Amino acid sequence: MAEEKRVYAIAAEFKSPADLMHAAEHVRDAGFKRWDVFSPFPIHGMDKAMGLGKSWLSAIVFVGGLTGLLTGLGLQFITAWYIYPTIVHGKPIGWMTIPAYVPVIFELTILCSAFACVGGLALLTRLPQWYHPLFNWERFSRVTDNGYYLAIEARDPKFSQTKTRQLLDEIGGMHITLVHE
Amino acid sequence: MASDTSTYDTQKEEQYRAEVARVPLVTNDRSAQWVTEKVSVLTEKKTPLWWWIAILITSPIAAFGFFCLFYQVSTGVGVWGENHPVGWAWDITNFVFWIGIGHAGTLISAILYLTRQQWRTSINRAAEAMTIFAVCCAGIFPAFHVGRVWFAWYLFPVPNSNGIWQNFRSPLLWDVFAVSTYFTVSLLFWYIGMVPDLATLRDRSKSKLRQWLYGIFSLGWRGANRHWRQYEMAYLILAGISTPLVLSVHSVVSFDFATSVLPGWHTTIFPPYFVAGAIFGGFAMVLTILIPARWIYPQLKDLITEQHIDKMCKIILLTGSMVGYAYAMEFFMAWYSGSPYEIWVFLRNRVADPYIFGPLFDVPPAPYWWAYWSMITCNVIAPQVFWWKKNRHNLLIIMIIVNMVNAGMWFERFVIIVTSLHRDFLPSSWGMFHPTWAEQGLFFGTFGLFLTLFLLFMRFLPMIAMAEIKMVLPEADPHRHAAPENDGTKEAQH
Repeated sequence: MAEEKRVYAIAAEFKSPADLMHAAEHVRDAGFKRWDVFSPFPIHGMDKAMGLGKSWLSAIVFVGGLTGLLTGLGLQFITAWYIYPTIVHGKPIGWMTIPAYVPVIFELTILCSAFACVGGLALLTRLPQWYHPLFNWERFSRVTDNGYYLAIEARDPKFSQTKTRQLLDEIGGMHITLVHE
Repeated sequence: MASDTSTYDTQKEEQYRAEVARVPLVTNDRSAQWVTEKVSVLTEKKTPLWWWIAILITSPIAAFGFFCLFYQVSTGVGVWGENHPVGWAWDITNFVFWIGIGHAGTLISAILYLTRQQWRTSINRAAEAMTIFAVCCAGIFPAFHVGRVWFAWYLFPVPNSNGIWQNFRSPLLWDVFAVSTYFTVSLLFWYIGMVPDLATLRDRSKSKLRQWLYGIFSLGWRGANRHWRQYEMAYLILAGISTPLVLSVHSVVSFDFATSVLPGWHTTIFPPYFVAGAIFGGFAMVLTILIPARWIYPQLKDLITEQHIDKMCKIILLTGSMVGYAYAMEFFMAWYSGSPYEIWVFLRNRVADPYIFGPLFDVPPAPYWWAYWSMITCNVIAPQVFWWKKNRHNLLIIMIIVNMVNAGMWFERFVIIVTSLHRDFLPSSWGMFHPTWAEQGLFFGTFGLFLTLFLLFMRFLPMIAMAEIKMVLPEADPHRHAAPENDGTKEAQH
């Protein structure tokens, strides 16, 4: 049955973070678009080696923080000024007591930023995703231990089962294998 | 000119790098595989006997605490000793005590991350866990001290049965927002940090159940660099927002006191003083837990090294001295203010002991002088031994001092709350505070809860942040080719 399954990617293992980074530079220069490297920890400088730009997560968090800020403002001012104005400790209703509203505004800003951060992370990484073709490759289980891998997806326009394998071989890939969906 | 500066800088940098021969963060030149093995195995091998013994001691204590809570809820809050004039005592003392303990975890995970203190990596997971468990314990007290706890929803921002909204200008409501935000953000930060390590446990699982559980919670993490870059950004942002958060939480806690008009509470020094005290007490608790953990699991000695303990002792020394300065400044301001009430609280309610200061100022001894001087001894005097390197490397001395600090920080909150309240403006209502068994039992019970949760954490979750440790290993440097010498076969030299 395995033969009938579509090829997902061609993958290779590398010896060290340094080897993986050189390999990534070659694959980037060869013009591939749909590929990735896998490592037990983030490798310093890998984003540049892969030709990736800055993460957009901060923009999502900014929107989240802004939502929290406006929620804090709205929640307090609408309720305390319009719906049910309460005068406690003789503090008047109005702009002059603004500092007393700051803590709640601040905390809600932080809370919504954190939710946006985690939600944005899930969105940008498309996780949780409990099934992935790479998990079918036995050697890949060491990716969370001390294994360093590179996989070029079959969807990439430049992908060719023979030429891509050759490229991976040239740049020092070991255990080169086809990964099926 | 420009090119000159650049070459000069490179040379200088090389020189500095050579000069600062740093002690390695992970000793004995361990490999990534060694880290995975030694940390994962703590959750994989057969449950050790000590663990069963420990949890059989701590869980009944926790259960007793819950029994006391049940008794309090079913009978009424009058089973506690709080009464006029001391309306807040152990409940709020314990709340501030526990919430303060949590702060060291956030300091380690967020502030030390932003300041690039890489030594934090081996202790941050356990410290963050401690934060979450401490906040769980802390939350019990304010929630149940309201008396009829089923009305606690009045604190949430929804209108009550009469359509009245909360008073958002009350520090007590700020507290609700601050503490719940703190708990939520700490939990998210802890969990997000743990995902790659849960994936490690998933990939090593032998049984179906473990594979399934760790598989679900690791969200299908596969170490892709396209994920790592988002992940690192998320981690940085969470650290960035946790830093002002942790400072705000204890500031808001201090506002509960500082915004009132009670002498002894009404002071502007409270927010920084509370934050320093929280970090001080929190680090003491981190050491109280990690030193025994390191003794039980000797393999952790290469990860939580003497260098880590030394640095934490230095932080305790620093923050302890800051707290000492705050105590002195409070006392000075009471005198400098010229307010007879302020002077009364500090001199006659706190400082005046029967032997030295009472006779010196010619005032009768303060009823709670022993609490004040316990606080000074434990928080200000005791940590001064950490000026000597020898003491920062003697685990017995450290354990004694940090436990004094734990006790001293509890006394600090007790002193602030009870000594300010027990003699108010109306001498006819003066009185002492007497704790009952129900509140003593509940406080005791929270220690059981805290330790039980920590034992469960040690057994079922990766106690050390493996992925982060691997990042600081020499082999993680993409400019280095040689493999490490020690592949895990050699034993640690201790």
